[in-house]
Amino acid sequence: MSRIIPADSPAKMSNGWRSRLRALWKENRTEGRVLLTISAVFLAIYFMPVGTMRFDNALLEGVYLVHWYAQEHVILCLLPAFLIAGAMAVYLSQGAVMRFLGPSAPKPVALGVASVSGILLAVCSCTVLPLFGGIYRRGAGLGPAMAFLYSGPAINILAIVITAKVLGAELGLARAIGAIVFAIVIGVIMHLLYRREEASRAASQPNRAFDSNDNDRPLADTVIFFTLMVGMLVFANWAAADSGVWHLIYTWKWPLTALLGGGFALLLVSRWGWSVGRVLALAVTVAVLALLFPRTPQLAFAVAVVGIATLAALQPGAGQEWFSQSWDFTKQILPLLLIGVLVAGFLLGRPGYEGIIPSPWVDAAVGGNSLLANLLASVLGAFMYFATLTEVPIVQGLLGAGMGKGPALALLLAGPALSLPNMLVIRSIIGTEKTVVYCALVVVMATFSGFIYGAFGS
Amino acid sequence: MKLQILGSGCSKCAKLATNAEAAAQALGVSYELEKITDINAIIDSGVMHTPALAIDGEVLLEGKVATAEEIQSLLGAKC
Repeated sequence: MSRIIPADSPAKMSNGWRSRLRALWKENRTEGRVLLTISAVFLAIYFMPVGTMRFDNALLEGVYLVHWYAQEHVILCLLPAFLIAGAMAVYLSQGAVMRFLGPSAPKPVALGVASVSGILLAVCSCTVLPLFGGIYRRGAGLGPAMAFLYSGPAINILAIVITAKVLGAELGLARAIGAIVFAIVIGVIMHLLYRREEASRAASQPNRAFDSNDNDRPLADTVIFFTLMVGMLVFANWAAADSGVWHLIYTWKWPLTALLGGGFALLLVSRWGWSVGRVLALAVTVAVLALLFPRTPQLAFAVAVVGIATLAALQPGAGQEWFSQSWDFTKQILPLLLIGVLVAGFLLGRPGYEGIIPSPWVDAAVGGNSLLANLLASVLGAFMYFATLTEVPIVQGLLGAGMGKGPALALLLAGPALSLPNMLVIRSIIGTEKTVVYCALVVVMATFSGFIYGAFGS
Repeated sequence: MKLQILGSGCSKCAKLATNAEAAAQALGVSYELEKITDINAIIDSGVMHTPALAIDGEVLLEGKVATAEEIQSLLGAKC
C-alpha cells in the first residue's frame, strides 16, 4: 500500500486526468481514507473557534469538571467502590443466586430475585448479556430474563454509589428503587404478553450453569465483610445536611469510618486468614496519617484502600483474584469516565456555569417537567450509548443547565439499560418483535416515572 | 485437542486465548484454537460468564482469565 503512483503503461498515461485520478484513488484506497481523516481533523482544528468566549470557556469548564471529580469523587467514592465490586465478583457465590433463576424455580420468586440480583452479579453490560441469554434460553424464562437485563446496569453497586454521591442521595435512591420496580413490571408484562410461546418452549439444554457452586465461607462472615466495606464507603462520603441526626453523623463520620475500618482489619485477620503483621502495619500507617493530617482524611483513606488492595494481591488464591478483579474494573471504567466527564464539562459546563451548549436550549428541550420533556429524555437515553457510569456526569451537566428532575430520572432509567449496540445483541437472542416491545416498554415507563417523580419531587 | 474460547471478543477473551495457547505449547500437545463470539452459540454451550474456556467441547473455565499455568494443569489432567 506504499505505492502512490500506479505503474501505468504510457498508453494509459495519455488518458484524461480524470480517469488517472480515479485509478490513483482505486489503487490507494486505504491511504486515501487516511488522507480524508487527516483532512477532516485538520479542518476541524483550523476552524476551531478558539478565542471566542464560549469555546474557550467550554474547554475550561471541561477541565474544571474533571478537576472537581478528581478532588471530590475518586478517592473516597470510586476507589473503594472498585474494591467492593471486585470483592463481590470473587467472594459472593453466584451459583446461590443463579439457582433461583433456573428452569425449575417458581416464576414469582425468579422474577423477584432477577430484579435485585443485578446488584450482586453484574457490573457492565458485557457481562449482563450472556447471563440474560442463559436465563432466557435455559433458565427461568423470558420474564425474569427481561427483569434481570433491565435492572442490572442500573442497580449495580458502582452505579448507585456514584449516582448518590454526585447527584445526591435522593436521586440515587429514586434510581435504584425505580430500576427494581421497573424490572418487575417489565418482567411481568413481557411474561404475560408471550406466555403461550413461553409454555411451548421447553428447556432442552443441560443446565450446568444453574448448579450451585457453594463456596466454603460461612454466610455470616460474607455478610459482615460486605456490610463493613459498604459502611465505610457510606460514612466516608456522608454529606452535611440540615437535619439534626444527619449532621451529628456528619461530624462523627471519620471516627465512625475508622471504627468500621478497625472491625474490617480484625475480620481480615481472624476470618480471612490474612497475616496479622501486615494488616497491623497497614492499620498503624493509616492511623498515623489520619492523626498527622486531620484536615486531609483523603490521604489516610487512599493509603488504606491501596494498602488493602496490595495486601490482597499478596494473598494466594481468592485474595489475588480479588485484587485482579478490582484492577480490571478500575482499568475498564476510569479512563472512560475521565473522557465522559471532560466531554460533559465541555458540552454542558459545571452546575451553574455554561458549556458550549447554551443553557436555554437545554431548558427548552428537557427543562421543567412536561410529558414531552420526559419523553425526549427517555428516548435520548434509550438510543445513546453510555459507557459504564458516564451517564452520571452527563445528567449532572444537564441538571446544571436547566434539566428538570423528572427528565433526569427518566434519562437515568432508560439510559444505561438500553443503547443501540445493546439492542442489536438483544435482538439476536430474543428476536425483533420482543426487542421492540421491550424498548417501547422501557421508554414509556421511564417517561411516566420521570413525570411522576418530577411532579412529587419539586 | 480442540481449545475453544467463548466470549464476545473483549480484551479478557483475547488474553485467555493467549494464555491457553501458551499452555498448550508448553505441554507440547497439538491443538486447534477456536474463538466462539456468537452470543447464541455461547449461551447454548451453557456458559453464562464470559470469557470461558472449553476443551474438546467441555467447558472447564468460566468467568475468569486463567493464567497459562492454571490452564496447563487443566490440560495436563485431560491428556
